[in-house]
Amino acid sequence: MSGIRVEHLTKTFGDFVAVGDAGFSIEEGELAALLGPSGSGKSTILRIIAGLERPDRGKVFLTGKDVTSARAQERNIGFVFQHYALFKHMTVEQNIAFGLEVQKKKKAFIKEKVDELIDLVKLNGYDFHYPSQLSGGQRQRVALARALASEPRVLLLDEPFGSLDARVRKNLAHWIRDLHKRIKVTGVFVTHDQDEAMEISDKIILVNRGRIEQVGTPHEIYEFPRTKFVASFVGNVNVIDAFLEEENIFIKGLPGGPGGQYFLRREETGPETNNREHGDIVLLARPEEIAISKENGKGNAFPGAVSGVHYRGGFYEIEITVGSNHVKSTIDKDIFLEQPLEKGEKVYVRFKQYKVFDAPEGSRKVHAMLKQLGYIE
Amino acid sequence: MRSKIEHGNSTIDVLAVRSGRARRQDIGKWVLTGIALSWFSILILFPLWGIFKETVKSGLSTFVTSLSTPSSLHSFMLTVVITTLAVAINTVIGTIMAVVFARQNFKGKLFMESLLDLPFAVSPVVAGFMFILLFGPNGWIGSWFESMNIKIIYALPGMVIATLFVTLPFVAREILPILREFGREQEEAAATLGASQWQTFRRVTLPSIKWGLAYGVTLTIARSIGEFGAVLVVSGSIINKTQTATLMIHDQFTGFNYAGAFSAAMVLAVVSFIILNVIHIVYEKKEKKELL
Repeated sequence: MSGIRVEHLTKTFGDFVAVGDAGFSIEEGELAALLGPSGSGKSTILRIIAGLERPDRGKVFLTGKDVTSARAQERNIGFVFQHYALFKHMTVEQNIAFGLEVQKKKKAFIKEKVDELIDLVKLNGYDFHYPSQLSGGQRQRVALARALASEPRVLLLDEPFGSLDARVRKNLAHWIRDLHKRIKVTGVFVTHDQDEAMEISDKIILVNRGRIEQVGTPHEIYEFPRTKFVASFVGNVNVIDAFLEEENIFIKGLPGGPGGQYFLRREETGPETNNREHGDIVLLARPEEIAISKENGKGNAFPGAVSGVHYRGGFYEIEITVGSNHVKSTIDKDIFLEQPLEKGEKVYVRFKQYKVFDAPEGSRKVHAMLKQLGYIE
Repeated sequence: MRSKIEHGNSTIDVLAVRSGRARRQDIGKWVLTGIALSWFSILILFPLWGIFKETVKSGLSTFVTSLSTPSSLHSFMLTVVITTLAVAINTVIGTIMAVVFARQNFKGKLFMESLLDLPFAVSPVVAGFMFILLFGPNGWIGSWFESMNIKIIYALPGMVIATLFVTLPFVAREILPILREFGREQEEAAATLGASQWQTFRRVTLPSIKWGLAYGVTLTIARSIGEFGAVLVVSGSIINKTQTATLMIHDQFTGFNYAGAFSAAMVLAVVSFIILNVIHIVYEKKEKKELL
């Protein structure tokens, strides 16, 4: 059974369409990530699920029940806010007990439950501290304990690690992953950090401009992106200007062009190509999908020149100019040291894997989108 | 000056320039302090001293007897009653208004919010006349009450209404910015935890605005006790009926009963002094709370 299901969600603020016809479902016990750039509407979707925002259209189901018209306090959810939203005038213990108290649970029961949760989030000894006396990570854990206190049907987390520094963020993310495995509550968290989504979620829901771009496991999203947006948003990716002529792909700026010397037999077809015979396209390939060799071994490779070599800790990042394109590739440290590359050296690049997308407007639009997302300069 | 510094024998020149400038700054400081202190004395200390001196001059027995006349006691009682009612009503209404303005969105909200300051801008006397037009025996609403045999103008209800009007902004204006600053997140958190709107207000919102609310309430008390113009117009200042403490002071003063006037003024001055201190303490608490 699905833990959370939304259908045709639409929400506008004035003229701005925050969410447009969004639909997806999350299985019971799953931990899903709502991933997207800022302003994509992912937080609005989460707030609609929580009942903090009313959709203009569409329905929300929690554990199979239609809760679209129910208010937040009737939905039995746990919500963790980006800025914690702890009650400043209450101690850790009072914060966690709040939900149980307003539900008029017995005192002894509340005491037991609060102790259990303080233990769970490892804040023993902090019972009588006020939020202002805690660190960011500790506050977030109090917020989590508070949200879990009344055993909610679903746990919703809005950018839960957004305001923490990098190390705390990583630790807390993994800790939440483990915690989720233990308590098995259906969970959704909003994030704009693809690594975070990749690492801790069972399922990724990719949101862009209020629409769902793709839903899938982290593996599916990374390996089989269905749109240019998904391919470029998840992981690093090279965008290469190319030209399609019948079944051959030519890279722009290389000697050859139609009928030329260097080409690639088109094997893969991206979902966004309309099986055109020829025209402008873009080739998307991740750095690890690009191989560099000093000779044109098997053919099917393109000549280029090394324009930069950077040590990135454990691996090297190599920049290569291929025709009018600049591509990045990664090489493991050990392999690189066996056969070092120098700036200016002539090399051949081979695409082990790639996706082809139509780009009738040239690659400019794709580049603009990537620039906007901060993936390229 | 700069060229002298660069020319070796500069230390003395620099010192001379500095001390000259420092002396001029000192003089400036003294002049400014002098102006501030004299102004403070002329406007606040001397009048207070005057009231105190006049009261003492006529002696303690005069002070007691002039305050314990039935009409004097009645006027103080009336002030207490009006103040209590005005504070109670405006605390509740002011809080509701602030919550509505801070949390709800509706057409004309900005316009209404700007009207909230009207009582500060309109002269209390004008406000009093407004209420006479509205609630007087021939007024739009007053004629209906008249037919029910309820008197509003020249009676307690009218005086309370006039006081409510002049003190309306205090509570609302004090807590509105605090509510905005406080934001919705904690209230939303309470809602997701299953709290009803009332539970959320009582257990989450109220504790956060309480010092601002207390500040608004003390200001309301001070203004209610001191209100003169609006209440004068709607009350008719009838001795033993609709005469508050301030109206009584005015009445005695214009009737050349200076001893009575100064005695009552002395009492109000002492009350103001106490309220002033409470306001100060509450304000400090409020500021501290906001810093947290």
